[in-house]
Amino acid sequence: MFGDFTAVNAITFDVKQGEIFGFLGANGAGKTTAMKMLIGILRPTHGHALVAGFDVYKQPESIKRNIGYMSQKFALYNDLTVTENVAFFGGIYGLSKALIKTKTKMLLDELGLENVANTLVGSLPLGWKQKLAFSVALLHEPKIVFLDEPTGGVDPITRRQFWEMIYKSANQGTTIFVTTHYMDEAEYCDRISIMVNGKIEALDTPEMLKRQFNVATINEVFLKLARG
Amino acid sequence: MNPFLGFIKKEIYHILRDRRSLLILLGMPIVQILLFGFAITNEIKNVEVAILDYSKDATTLEIINKISASPYFSINQLMMHEADIESVFQKGKVKAVISFEKDFGKNLIKDRHATVQIITDATDPNTANTISNYINSMVQSYLNEHNKTLTPTYQIIPQTRMVYNPELKSVYMFVPGVMTVILMLISAMMTSISITKEKELGTMEVLLVSPLKPLQVIAGKVVPYIFLSVFNAVIIIILGIFVFKMPIQGSLLLLGLESVLFIITSLTLGILISTISASQQTAMMASLMGLMLPTILLSGFIFPISSMPVILQVISNIIPAKWFIIIIKGILLKGVGISFIWKETLILIGMTLFFIAISVKKYKIRLE
Repeated sequence: MFGDFTAVNAITFDVKQGEIFGFLGANGAGKTTAMKMLIGILRPTHGHALVAGFDVYKQPESIKRNIGYMSQKFALYNDLTVTENVAFFGGIYGLSKALIKTKTKMLLDELGLENVANTLVGSLPLGWKQKLAFSVALLHEPKIVFLDEPTGGVDPITRRQFWEMIYKSANQGTTIFVTTHYMDEAEYCDRISIMVNGKIEALDTPEMLKRQFNVATINEVFLKLARG
Repeated sequence: MNPFLGFIKKEIYHILRDRRSLLILLGMPIVQILLFGFAITNEIKNVEVAILDYSKDATTLEIINKISASPYFSINQLMMHEADIESVFQKGKVKAVISFEKDFGKNLIKDRHATVQIITDATDPNTANTISNYINSMVQSYLNEHNKTLTPTYQIIPQTRMVYNPELKSVYMFVPGVMTVILMLISAMMTSISITKEKELGTMEVLLVSPLKPLQVIAGKVVPYIFLSVFNAVIIIILGIFVFKMPIQGSLLLLGLESVLFIITSLTLGILISTISASQQTAMMASLMGLMLPTILLSGFIFPISSMPVILQVISNIIPAKWFIIIIKGILLKGVGISFIWKETLILIGMTLFFIAISVKKYKIRLE
């Protein structure tokens, strides 16, 4: 709640384990606010919510240990090297030194970043930073990863690669909660919800939504809902 | 790895890799103390004076010798005509002209009084005042020496003694002052910038979503700056002792503890600033305008508080630096112990607690 403006009004939904859940909505629809409530940065005024099986009111600390978060800004430290960033974020989740070492090796190998392991993150291209940020968010093997508009400002090829990474971790059992503005990305999700003015107006698989609204693309579903 | 230690390590990387800021952080105290110590000085030394001597007798010669022998003055030239005074001042080198009347020595014996005129260049009023006082007292002392042989008339001779800084060295005033300003600047400005930087980058959100407690995040940001500030305080004191021969009268331990207290006060101010500013620029402006100027102008560092208008004297009470300067001058110059400065110490502790209370309140509002 911001003053007497209700950004998120009594939304109800559940996300299954290992699912890729697309959280859609126009700017100002309340996506980010809802997400911040789930990850414990904002406190909902009332309601009931479980994240990874933990209560948002009573067990915020347990939630924090079991979720990963990647913000819109690919928040890595530009003045730290790739390895140092990984070590830092692993460290604040309490991973042991040895574990961080093996994880770093795996991660560099997977992303093909071995050559830039000791390069400052600030000098990497945006697409690399974004993939690195995603891997860093997964470092402590969270049950759920929250991705806040993860592909903004990135070229289509990198976006494609990024979604491949998302699929891969979903297949390994990680639940993905992703907000996006790109409607083609929405089609990649297992299920999507569309928020309008603080309420969830639609929630289903992309196929079912298109059928329900009798249109060919999610884009059209979105436009129909957003225009009211 | 201990999450908190990892966090501090990260902060140290930030500080060490920002070479320009680091250079400013470590270089500024040295440059400032040397600048204030050497360049900006209220003392006069080797001031060039011109002599206009219409008498040219033994008495004037003796007085002139006395003046030129002192470290304060050197004779630039001997003038011949009163008309030259104007042009001599305009050239700018000569700051004072001393003019003896005709038959100075003869008049002194015959009439029991003679006139010497001191003309000073008052474009810089403070210096002019000091110069004229110095010359005055030299003439006076000449007179006193010679009066011994004469029959004494009524005379009151005030004996002044300047305690704690007998040579009136202004560097004694600047060392505590610069130390205060530097500690305030580094502690408050740098922490507020470094916290708002995380907000701007979006990393603050990521940190708050992590298992790190908000208090750990703030403490992790602050700890490296405590060390940096202590390091600077030590450098300033060392420069004061070895370069400017400043005596340390009081206990170094007490000085250290009080400095750490003031550093913490400044850090909490920095945290407070960071909770109310969204960007690094706002934080910097708030620190500069809100802290630096009052610290320099209203703390008694340069301008004595007792000669300010009442309203400013009242305002000066809420400037933490004012209290620290009283404390540090007390310890350094007067050698006082805690029994003389407990009140100021308590005020600083009170301010610190107050800043922490507001910060915590503001911080919670932002989080919920």
